[in-house]
Amino acid sequence: MTSLQMPKVEKSIISNKEKIVTDISKIIKRDNILSHDDETKPYETDALAAYKQAPLVVVLPETVEQVSKILKYCDENKIKVVPRGAGTGLSGGSLPLADCVLLAMGKFNKILELDYKNKCVVAQPCVTNLAITQAVQDKGFYYAPDPSSQIACSIGGNVAENSGGVHSLKYGVTTNNLLGIEVVLMDGTITRFGGKTMDAEGYDFLGLMTGSEGLLGVITEVTVKILKKPEVVKAALVGFPTIEDAGKCVAQIIAEGCIPAGMEIMDKALTKATNDYSKAGYPTDAEAMMIIEFDGTEHDVEADMNKAKKIAEENNSSSLKISKSNSERLKFWAGRKAAFPACGVLAPDYMCMDGSIPRGKLAEVLKEISRLSKKYDLPVANAFHAGDGNLHPLIMFDANNEESLKKTEEFGAEILKYCVKVGGALTGEHGVGIEKRELMCEAFNNLDIQQQLKIKFALDPNSLLNPGKVYPILRKCAEEGRVHVHGGKTKFPNIPRF
Amino acid sequence: MSMEEKQNSQTFQDFSQSTFKPKTTEEISSIIKECFKKNIPLEVCGLKSKKNIGRNFQAEKTLDLSNYTGIIEYKPEELYIKVKAGTPLNEIKSELDKNNQQLAFEPVDFGPLFSGKSNEGSIGGIISCNFAGPRRFKVGSARDHVLGFQGVNGKGEVIKSGGTVVKNVTGYDLSKMLTGSYGTLVVLTEISIKVLPKPPSNKTVVIENPHLDKALDYLNLALSSSSDPSGGVFYPEYFREHFTFNDLTTEGPITAIRIEGHNDSIDYRIKKLCKELEVQKEEIVILEPEQSNIFWEKTRSLQVFSELENNLLRVVIPASEALEVINRLKIYKIKYFVDWGGNLIWVQLDNISAKTLRNIRETINKSFGYVTVIKIEESLKALVDIFTIDPIKYKITEKIKKSFDPKRILNPGKMYSGI
Repeated sequence: MTSLQMPKVEKSIISNKEKIVTDISKIIKRDNILSHDDETKPYETDALAAYKQAPLVVVLPETVEQVSKILKYCDENKIKVVPRGAGTGLSGGSLPLADCVLLAMGKFNKILELDYKNKCVVAQPCVTNLAITQAVQDKGFYYAPDPSSQIACSIGGNVAENSGGVHSLKYGVTTNNLLGIEVVLMDGTITRFGGKTMDAEGYDFLGLMTGSEGLLGVITEVTVKILKKPEVVKAALVGFPTIEDAGKCVAQIIAEGCIPAGMEIMDKALTKATNDYSKAGYPTDAEAMMIIEFDGTEHDVEADMNKAKKIAEENNSSSLKISKSNSERLKFWAGRKAAFPACGVLAPDYMCMDGSIPRGKLAEVLKEISRLSKKYDLPVANAFHAGDGNLHPLIMFDANNEESLKKTEEFGAEILKYCVKVGGALTGEHGVGIEKRELMCEAFNNLDIQQQLKIKFALDPNSLLNPGKVYPILRKCAEEGRVHVHGGKTKFPNIPRF
Repeated sequence: MSMEEKQNSQTFQDFSQSTFKPKTTEEISSIIKECFKKNIPLEVCGLKSKKNIGRNFQAEKTLDLSNYTGIIEYKPEELYIKVKAGTPLNEIKSELDKNNQQLAFEPVDFGPLFSGKSNEGSIGGIISCNFAGPRRFKVGSARDHVLGFQGVNGKGEVIKSGGTVVKNVTGYDLSKMLTGSYGTLVVLTEISIKVLPKPPSNKTVVIENPHLDKALDYLNLALSSSSDPSGGVFYPEYFREHFTFNDLTTEGPITAIRIEGHNDSIDYRIKKLCKELEVQKEEIVILEPEQSNIFWEKTRSLQVFSELENNLLRVVIPASEALEVINRLKIYKIKYFVDWGGNLIWVQLDNISAKTLRNIRETINKSFGYVTVIKIEESLKALVDIFTIDPIKYKITEKIKKSFDPKRILNPGKMYSGI
């Protein structure tokens, strides 16, 4: 939100900068500490680029022992730490603080082991998601979760955010494809959760850490499972005269026992924008366009595709094209994957929302979004991971116009609240970060939040690790609600309004 | 009197009873609040099908959820079911059957082991213990299927996490955290679980007479192949009497691999698999769907250990270690079978001592795995560790326990002494 309160800046830490640099240079090489403004500036934001704040210093450790010593030092000296992977997060999860040490994990960029016998890969956290698949694809394997930023996003960041992708209905999200991690807690403790076994014993700390947005520990090693590539993959491009028809088609496909590898819907606005942008050959006259993908053996894919085709026809599909080759299939997807840049052509700025909804509520939610679009007088285009109910409305606006930005934020918040109201979630895969922090009380009551905070304090009693993210700062929903800070008194002074 | 006090006094006209059988979340919450106030430890149970798993501990009172049952919401097209924690699994299964859906992780039925007959238990117990059946390696464990929950923590506060949608990264994923926590963190009240369509059909390829090392190779190859199996076990010869199928002619050990899907696809994949495993037609037997179902049902419910009087260990290891682990354990005169395509070994021991168990545990730990004691003679139960934990994780576990249950009221000591 434009007026977002962040943790109080400790002036004593800022004035102590030189000593902190000297102390940390006893742990890591001086070359791996960036302290000049010119050096820290590139780290001032992640992919939620509207928020900017350079950190006090950036440190680039190379070993787990160094990470441990840095965290222990910061813990003992009450210095805030913000961990950062590739910086591709969309919710501001690695936005620095003016008085923080930014723990940039960029040097942890090696794949450590390809273990085909146990069907897993051990990697350092800043290896990119796609690099894992690339490392094992010559043996016919791949890593299933495929967030759209997979070319750049880091596997450690994927764990911290519990990233998804377009195939999560069938193959799950990060947490379902993760076997183990090595992690360092704020007090410097190095430990491992999980390993190469299926399920670990005791409390599921692996599950707790996954998606904890860098608040509970710093990931220094990741073990993920790899899958054998399916024999055949085919996609169909289907047009529908109404969103309702497309929604019903999705529900019926699932009700009849098909689990597609991916199922995507775009509304007319987005279909047109992406088609103009990527020349994907989409049916631009359709009110809704769907990509359905099946994978498996030839028999499975054919049987499921025939079933899906029949269901689509029963639900009034206006056009249907099945990919005849892999290149044609990739062309179908190229348009969908270019959806976000395509919106960039339509307006100076766009804000991508990330709610989850029950699949059956798609038509209702889109109707509400369309009503809100008129109310706020801002155009919107919608992309929907229909398989897993993850909706990405893209609100188009002009960031130079402060009024337009404010309206956009309100519009976005209303959409997410509506997602919660119909039984969905505030965020399906982008994380809460700072972006949705103030909306947490829409999804949880005070007791729910307090329980989560108790876990945070159990592992980080001084709240030094990535503070100000995920949870409303005043800790009580009743106090905070959806905060608008008045008079600028408690505002984080270094975050500009955009 | 405040509303809350009024509610408590209504519920607790009879706090003297030793077993509570609440029917509502409010009752559960007020019982725990009262126990919190008076420092009374509670044993939490459902249908007691897994009561014998875990450490023995002292609890003054029992919180029995067997009356807290019912399906709250079932949306087949949204692929989830929301149930009260005490609901028997059988009830859930028959509801899912109507729409040809299932809990894909195949919860283990410990009934035959402990009582000689099926006892599927309650859904709360299944989630609290996180034991998945043969399909584990393909679809994940119980924890991968829990979408959200509501529960009551050790202070009597009703809390929730997650929801009913598959993609949800709002806050910490406490659903995972509670799965497998043996009721030591919260008393689960409502659970939302992912359901999936039942595969249209299935068949099982049985390879007769393999040696252990060859059998493990078969399983490893099968799990790495695109024939997409959903079950992979090895039974040594001494368990063969449990599998008397007409088509199985020899009496030696067997490796069995399950293939699920459309019939055409199954036949195609079986052919492909046999080619990949380099097995000839005469070396294999195909179990048709009916027999195949029986075979996996027996596996899921540990039929070979039915009414076992002796000790049973559950050994989870990386598949690459299976051969070495089994060979090392042979000195203890074990009987075992391999599940999860080589990632899980069920180990029966006629005789065990605290020292033997320590040695076994050391062997398994060296192979990056762990041992859970499922059944052990009563005289030894207090003397041995049931679960494995290292000092660092113990410290973290202690902190997390405290954050949910500060006075150690819920199943205290069920997993570890002091937790």
